[in-house]
Amino acid sequence: MGDPLFAEGVDLTVVLIVIGKVVVAFALLMVSVLFMIWFERKLIGDMQNRIGPNRAGPWGILQTLADGIKLFFKEDLIPDRADRVVFKLAPYLSLVPAFLTFTIVPIGGVFEGDRPGTVTIFGRETFLQVADPPIGILVLLAMSSVAVYGVMLAGWSSGSKYPLLGSVRASAQMVSYEAALSLAVASVVLMAGSLSTNTIVAMQGTAPWEWNLFVVVVVPFVVFLLAGTAELNRPPFDLVEAEQELVGGFHTEYSSIRFALFFLAEFMNTVTMAAIVVTLFLGGPRGPILFGPEWLWPPVWFLLKLFVFLFLFVWLRATLPRFRYDQLMDLGWKLLIPLSLGWLMVLAAIRVAQVQDWNVFAVLAVAVAGLLAAAGLLLAAVRTGQAVHRSGEILGEVTERQVEA
Amino acid sequence: MTSTNHDDEPTTGGARASAGTGDGGRRRGWAVTSEGGQELAARGEVSPLSFLREAGAVLRLSEADVAAMAEQVSADETMIINMGPQHPSTHGVLRLMLELQGEMVLRSKPVIGYLHTGMEKTAEELTYLQGATNVTRMDYASPFFNELVFSLATEALLEVEIPPRATWIRVLLSELNRMSSHFLFLATNGMDLGAVSMMLYGWRERELLLDFYEKVTGLRMNHNFIRPGGVAADLPPGWRDDVLRILDALPPALEDYDILMTGQPIWRERTQGVGVITAEEAMALGATGPILRSTGVPWDLRRSMPYLTYDELEFDVVVGTYGDTFDRYAIRLNEIRESMKIVRQVLDRIPPGDYRVQDKKVTPPPRGRIDQSMEALIHHFKIFTEGFRVPEGEVYVAVESPRGELGCYLVSDGSARPYRLHIRGPSFVNLQTLPHMLRGGLVADAVAIISSVDPIMGEVDR
Repeated sequence: MGDPLFAEGVDLTVVLIVIGKVVVAFALLMVSVLFMIWFERKLIGDMQNRIGPNRAGPWGILQTLADGIKLFFKEDLIPDRADRVVFKLAPYLSLVPAFLTFTIVPIGGVFEGDRPGTVTIFGRETFLQVADPPIGILVLLAMSSVAVYGVMLAGWSSGSKYPLLGSVRASAQMVSYEAALSLAVASVVLMAGSLSTNTIVAMQGTAPWEWNLFVVVVVPFVVFLLAGTAELNRPPFDLVEAEQELVGGFHTEYSSIRFALFFLAEFMNTVTMAAIVVTLFLGGPRGPILFGPEWLWPPVWFLLKLFVFLFLFVWLRATLPRFRYDQLMDLGWKLLIPLSLGWLMVLAAIRVAQVQDWNVFAVLAVAVAGLLAAAGLLLAAVRTGQAVHRSGEILGEVTERQVEA
Repeated sequence: MTSTNHDDEPTTGGARASAGTGDGGRRRGWAVTSEGGQELAARGEVSPLSFLREAGAVLRLSEADVAAMAEQVSADETMIINMGPQHPSTHGVLRLMLELQGEMVLRSKPVIGYLHTGMEKTAEELTYLQGATNVTRMDYASPFFNELVFSLATEALLEVEIPPRATWIRVLLSELNRMSSHFLFLATNGMDLGAVSMMLYGWRERELLLDFYEKVTGLRMNHNFIRPGGVAADLPPGWRDDVLRILDALPPALEDYDILMTGQPIWRERTQGVGVITAEEAMALGATGPILRSTGVPWDLRRSMPYLTYDELEFDVVVGTYGDTFDRYAIRLNEIRESMKIVRQVLDRIPPGDYRVQDKKVTPPPRGRIDQSMEALIHHFKIFTEGFRVPEGEVYVAVESPRGELGCYLVSDGSARPYRLHIRGPSFVNLQTLPHMLRGGLVADAVAIISSVDPIMGEVDR
């Protein structure tokens, strides 16, 4: 469908509106990152029986700003062994995708009636999102892949061992969870029939039971949330940084503003990921318009939903121990990917049945039977693999010892 | 992995510890002792004999096994990484050198001595009354045990019998200290595995106990409260209520830990079957305390060789089955519960009476007498300047500290200062088990295992 803003050609007003949207989106993201860092520290302080930041500004709300300024004036160190160009480039590779992903998120707009999520600015109808490319979801996946490079190259270029271990973990973890993430998104795309984020929101209803969360029957949502958390390197999947194991992981050698950029990117990604979850599964900015102007409520609903996920991320961090590398891989490859793949196939089967006017229940029965068979095969394969592994081909004496023990 | 094997980096260079000459170390200018270089030498530079020693020939491997092991992986597939002494999870200044293949630990070597302050030597310059001030700083997480073992050793040489109330006060403080030490373990163990909130919860509960110590002894750590001849002062008024309040506050906290960690699937995955050690290995390496008990050996000095009044007390020795990190965690968690049981019994049974022995030789006269009697004043002065003389002889006394067998070997030449004091620190001996438990695990396991040994470096280096 595309943004109606460009329907009548591009003139000065359109350009100004676009520039305005970019500035607002950037400012909004920065402010929400500032808020998120403060919120996380304050909330985790409460959960951990301590106070948290309370010095800079009321309730310590300016703490992030103070930290940012401090970091900005710190000495910027580059290790001797570092690959200087890559070392300097890496933080930006992390930061820029985080911002670009946010541009495809609709943060408001009226979806009631025939209106496809538009508001009127200066007499022009437009979407409340910076861009609505027809391949929006692909942009999301592409950007989260590019972000892997930031982390990976940072660790590799530091010329130090702990960051290297961190970046090896990072590339493996992020690449494998990317697969589960994409498969979960594919379910949504399948049901919505579009890659555009705006259309995906428009296809969902205002009422909670019309959201994709229930349209795709919860499982892809859970998979997406888990894979997303892993993609963000947030606890319990924060092996990449794992302070207790790798000191600081990929950013051990970073200091000053470069470190701040990583930090910023991490929280930016957190906010963006929460926004994507809301867009894909929880109807984005959709919600009842209670009173007052109709353009006011969608952003409010959006922020409220966003807030739920931000809270969830902090809660997870305060509660869960960290996974081990191999357990993380097990969870990704042996559970999340097969699960989301199977689920996608069931959804596809149902979809085809609807279109072809077949008996949905028969199709469902066949699909489930097929999947169970596949699951059984997979399980057998995993078992066999473990048996081979245990027989000592791979680990040699180490496993021998474990068997003895 | 080869790209990281910077050949001029000290950690990967050859220390030639095996040769014992330490030439390699001296050339590069890093730590060399009379035992040779202390670093873990790269695979290619290790002599078969020292490789055998590292791999634990004492325990089970033949020379042929070890030779095969050495050839299995070539030196450029591995990376030697330095963990500590400045590392978030090495509990102070423990330094570990790990040989990694990917993330798997093939060999490891603990390097100690970064907190060495010569406390055993210092003890030879201090009187017996001052001695407790010194030893209490060794295992700073369980200071009462250090004071206790030193006092018991001195009393054994003096052949004095201390009054029952003093003994019961010692039992009370020991058990409270066992709890606070285990809380510290739970806090750090949680943090090392990424359950960061646990760190603060553990400290929160420990704080209750430290507040009580402060009320009793005036200090939160390093109390110098248990002294040769009894304890420094009677328990303060209202102590019983304080203890009861602590005993009421702790069970809900322990339940919380069970939810947060014991029953937590990720927690169990991370700890079960990790860092396994068998009973034979643990005994061959001299491990005591929760490490030995985790293998199912019910060796607890409070039961096996009772001291103080432990033979009159009702409590269970907690043992594990698998000898893994989870067992060691669970043992400590449940020992807190057992200690609470003991403390309740102490509350019921603690008799009134004197808190120190009334032996002119050891005990300073009461404050009131000093104003009245010249002899008392002189006596007081002599005890605090010269100290009391301890009959010639030597003695070894051991108590069950939270970390294992804490022993004190004391030799007296009949003067007012020990001729030699040696502390058998359980942390020091338990560290020996590390290379065996670490082998074949991942780096993340290494962190969990170090944490489960619960070493206190002050005690290791003394």
